[in-house]
Amino acid sequence: MKTTLTINGNTHALDIDPRTTLLDALRNHLDLTGSKKGCDHGQCGACTVIADGRRINSCLTLACMMDGVEITTVEGLGKPGDLSPLQDAFVRHDGFQCGYCTPGQICSATAMLEEARAGWPSAVTDNLEGETVSLGNGEISERMSGNLCRCAAYPNIVDAIREVSERKEVAE
Amino acid sequence: MTPFNYERASDISEAVGKPQFIAGGTNLLDLMKLGVETPDRITDITRLDMKNIEDHEGGLRIGALVSNSDLAADMRVRQTYPVLSRALLSGASGQLRNMATTGGNLLQRTRCYYFQDKSSPCNKREPGSGCSAIGGVTRLHAILGASEHCIATHPSDMAVAMQALDALVEVEGKDGSRRIALSDFYRLPEDRPDRETVLEYGELITAVVLPPAPTGKQTYRKVRDRASYAFALVSVAGIVSMQDGKIAQVALAFGGVAPRPWRDLEFEAALVGRAPTRETFDAATDILLRDASGQGGNDFKIPLLRRTLRAVLTELCEE
Repeated sequence: MKTTLTINGNTHALDIDPRTTLLDALRNHLDLTGSKKGCDHGQCGACTVIADGRRINSCLTLACMMDGVEITTVEGLGKPGDLSPLQDAFVRHDGFQCGYCTPGQICSATAMLEEARAGWPSAVTDNLEGETVSLGNGEISERMSGNLCRCAAYPNIVDAIREVSERKEVAE
Repeated sequence: MTPFNYERASDISEAVGKPQFIAGGTNLLDLMKLGVETPDRITDITRLDMKNIEDHEGGLRIGALVSNSDLAADMRVRQTYPVLSRALLSGASGQLRNMATTGGNLLQRTRCYYFQDKSSPCNKREPGSGCSAIGGVTRLHAILGASEHCIATHPSDMAVAMQALDALVEVEGKDGSRRIALSDFYRLPEDRPDRETVLEYGELITAVVLPPAPTGKQTYRKVRDRASYAFALVSVAGIVSMQDGKIAQVALAFGGVAPRPWRDLEFEAALVGRAPTRETFDAATDILLRDASGQGGNDFKIPLLRRTLRAVLTELCEE
């Protein structure tokens, strides 16, 4: 069936089987292989992309349901020489070993920081009614629990995210 | 996935009567990839006008397409129904909560590992084929409400909080709309574990209605094998109000222990009017657990439920 996807600001007309997930459309039809297929069941988060500002598992989304939605993949966040703040922080903090989960971690963290800026509480937030959230290690771990890292680079991932989050707090 | 025809509904009346709806898709697509669900036609309802949370009859009317994230973050829910925000935030992951909808969360399948493994007989997947869980690995399985045909648990946290809040499910069918109390919404497995709710063929959930919030303190406590992103072994949604040192009103619902969110009014009645002592809690819990039985691997849930409940009641009864 025919569908139109908007990825990183570019429009793509596709003719695909309705079974095609957004992840398979990105990887197999659009040559955007930054988003990774890990479990293909929404458990590992390697496929995380940002849809209209919200992080989602692209493996559990049909491509044909996503027309009219602005999709951002890791390729749309930054490029070599022009890295996004989180991409840069992951490099400096050594927030990966094999790197397979990294695009998903970075897409997830990018949208997660916006959720925190909007004041969304998490399961470990004491005061549900607060307008703002401060991201300590516990908050970051809880909010990033949908992204697994089999190399267990978690301490450095958390450090990278916390640094960017603190910089944003200072900027405000 | 087996092939299917995809169509998109542009209004509610066009959707009603269709065999399989898809919204967030996080449970349906997962099960379709496993070959457990094999619809030949799916109807996308994501563009329907069911995305608002409205003030309604002193409570809230939550559109069926409101995402779990938006519902948990809504300031009215955080202030007035904190048990619901807490329950939602303890479920799934940030990515899944962004996709998962209110209606879809209610309709996620009651499930266990054998249901998801097509090489194992399962009465829920293939009625009459047998239950592989009984006599198998049963760590996550039910201690209440199960049958000899199925011992799977309903995994929703949201529905447990809604059960404590006396929520109503608004559905639209061929013959018009109706409201179903959430306490009547789920069926027990008995000899038909493939039928999980009282919904008729083609009925569409359009909203969940929350009555005005009850007075008293609210909390949601979830005990699980991992600190985050895991199903409950036991969870408790609790609302308690105190008067003159005695328990005045309670609403308690339990997750992870039964094929549906579990509530027991006889147990609640045994708490009302009494002082919040350990003896009161234990005597009432004896009623709650009067028919509880383990399968071996989940026997621990019986004492775990008793202790979790004691901790929740102790917290909620503090004046």
